[in-house]
Amino acid sequence: MAASSSATTPLLRVRAVQKSFGSTHVLRGIDLEVARGEVVSIIGPSGSGKTTLLRCVNFLEPYDQGSIAIDGVEVGYRGDETRKRRSERDLARMRAETGMVFQLFNLFPHLTALQNITLGLTKVRGLGRAEAKDKAMHWLGRVGLTDKADRLPSELSGGQQQRVGIARAVAMEPKILLLDEITSALDPELIGEVLDVVLSLAAEGMTMLTVTHEIGFARDASQRIVFMAEGTISAEGPPAEIFSANQSNERLRSFLARFSAAHRL
Amino acid sequence: MGYVLNFTLIWRHFDKLWSGLILSLELAVLSIGIGCIIGLALAILYVSGGRILRSLIAAYVEVIRNVPLILLVYLVFYGIPTVFDFAYSNTTSFVVTLSAYAGAYLVEVFRAGLDAVPRGLIDAGKAIGLTPFQRLVHVRLPTMLRIALPALSNTFVSLFKDTSVASVIAVPELTYGAQWINFNTFRIMEVYLVVTGLYLVTGYAILIGLRALERRYAIGR
Amino acid sequence: MLDQIAYAIPFLLPGLLVTIEVSLITVAVSTVIGIVLGVGLVYGPAALRWPIRGFSDIIRGIPILVLLFFVYYGLPLTGLNLQSFAAAVLGLTIFKVAQVIEYVRGAIETVPRGQMDAAKAIGLPFHERFFYVIAPQAVRRFLPPWLNGVTDAVKGSALISLLGVGDLLFGIQKVVARTYDPLALYCFGALLYFVMNYALSIASRALERRFSYIRE
Repeated sequence: MAASSSATTPLLRVRAVQKSFGSTHVLRGIDLEVARGEVVSIIGPSGSGKTTLLRCVNFLEPYDQGSIAIDGVEVGYRGDETRKRRSERDLARMRAETGMVFQLFNLFPHLTALQNITLGLTKVRGLGRAEAKDKAMHWLGRVGLTDKADRLPSELSGGQQQRVGIARAVAMEPKILLLDEITSALDPELIGEVLDVVLSLAAEGMTMLTVTHEIGFARDASQRIVFMAEGTISAEGPPAEIFSANQSNERLRSFLARFSAAHRL
Repeated sequence: MGYVLNFTLIWRHFDKLWSGLILSLELAVLSIGIGCIIGLALAILYVSGGRILRSLIAAYVEVIRNVPLILLVYLVFYGIPTVFDFAYSNTTSFVVTLSAYAGAYLVEVFRAGLDAVPRGLIDAGKAIGLTPFQRLVHVRLPTMLRIALPALSNTFVSLFKDTSVASVIAVPELTYGAQWINFNTFRIMEVYLVVTGLYLVTGYAILIGLRALERRYAIGR
Repeated sequence: MLDQIAYAIPFLLPGLLVTIEVSLITVAVSTVIGIVLGVGLVYGPAALRWPIRGFSDIIRGIPILVLLFFVYYGLPLTGLNLQSFAAAVLGLTIFKVAQVIEYVRGAIETVPRGQMDAAKAIGLPFHERFFYVIAPQAVRRFLPPWLNGVTDAVKGSALISLLGVGDLLFGIQKVVARTYDPLALYCFGALLYFVMNYALSIASRALERRFSYIRE
């Protein structure tokens, strides 16, 4: 599993990926690259396959054809001709290099906020308890929740839970952070605190691939926007280009038109 | 092992099993019928009654749920007649017992069902001017029955299996028939394989039938 | 009436102990085996899942009494000659194992799917996902129905009197045969069973309340 990370190899490379759920063809040939330190946001109508693509990157979903590679190493399948699935061990190790934050938070309800973070640090990164605790407290501080360290998720608001979720993912120091509609399940007044954390992480150079409905966030945080529709990438480019009034892509225009002016700000 | 399976004796006496099965079903149907009446009445009383009534009903439910059915069967068959100085057939006493048993479990089912009726429906009933009694009859009970349908089906299948306890007071249902064949032919494996099959198939058939009913009428959760 | 009961108590005590003993053994053994098989049902390969599923469905589809008779009368034919006590415990245990398998399956399957995703996402391998994330949540869902099921073991144990095992009900029957006062004695017996099971159900309800924070 040698990593070939030269400066020119993209951190994430998705090539010709196809995926079907039964008879539904969800991903119809996706090509995507994310460079180190880049923030890429995927937008698009529901059913376009955005979340499925994200879940393929850390192999929460297997994909039928094509290749997904992180730092040159194929995800999920052996890089050779056989297309055999990687062992559980390998998969676990690869997933440690990606971090994911979920729409429904998925915090472990039987563990405190602190323990949610230290679980990965001790069991996967192999840190000692004291070191893991220090690290976890550092990241809790980063998301503004040091005073909630010993609380259970059921005692936290949605926004707080999501911030813990972000800390849990980032504390593992992953190569790339995958954010799956992380504000879609939040009350509007709680969205800001979560997006602020993500923006500050992006500013520090975290590589991110996000699926989002927050158009304003996508525009402010990303170097590139990817517009997906019906399983393919319909448009791709820097925010200025995507959101410009001269955008020629009809599908993209009608999608964006659904968002009110206030939202787009 | 040296034991060779031989079903011919079973088929010769199959009528005992078949009539036993029919009787088991009859006992189950009777008991759940009466049990429903008891359960429904008590559930309505529980929901609308005062503390004393609720405690009494709760006591009834708790006693039945915590005492073995076989003990209840003995108590009703051997014990009760001594108090009032009468005698009744074993079948009658079993139906009484199983109905009271069913009633206790169904009080819970119906009470939970009544609680699960959405407030909005009751409010709508109030809004169009229905009296409390009318609301009960036209809004709450119909809705409650549809909600409770899955639990009702499960209870019925359970009761069908519980009819086997009637064999201890010599009611000629399916398990009694099995024991009769057991003691008279010594074909233990064969008779119990057949009886297991009969219980499984019948139970499954009941479930499928009730599921079909559920699909038409039940309000899903 | 009361003096009948007072007379009977010394005769009923050994039976009561047998009932408690049988219930404890049944619950203990069935829990261990049932958890192992239940986990096998959820995570095992098809060759393991189908037999376990079949076993659980068949056993739960027949009356306990039929199972007890089947085991009691059928076992000697397979060459295994057990005492009534052992045969009765075996039958009751088989019945409870099938129930425990169902409790385990229900407990694991109601843990939200997202938990598995989150555990995978931080890089935990399968056995660690199970021990640190799924199992703690499953246990809290498993305990209430399991504790409720203990009362089923106690109630089911009364049937072993039919196999000649000297449990509480057997003792009651013998005293009734001597004193001809069924009502008082059956009522007293009902009281004893009631006290045992009611205490268990109170404990189960308390546990359910304690762990309710886990559910959504």
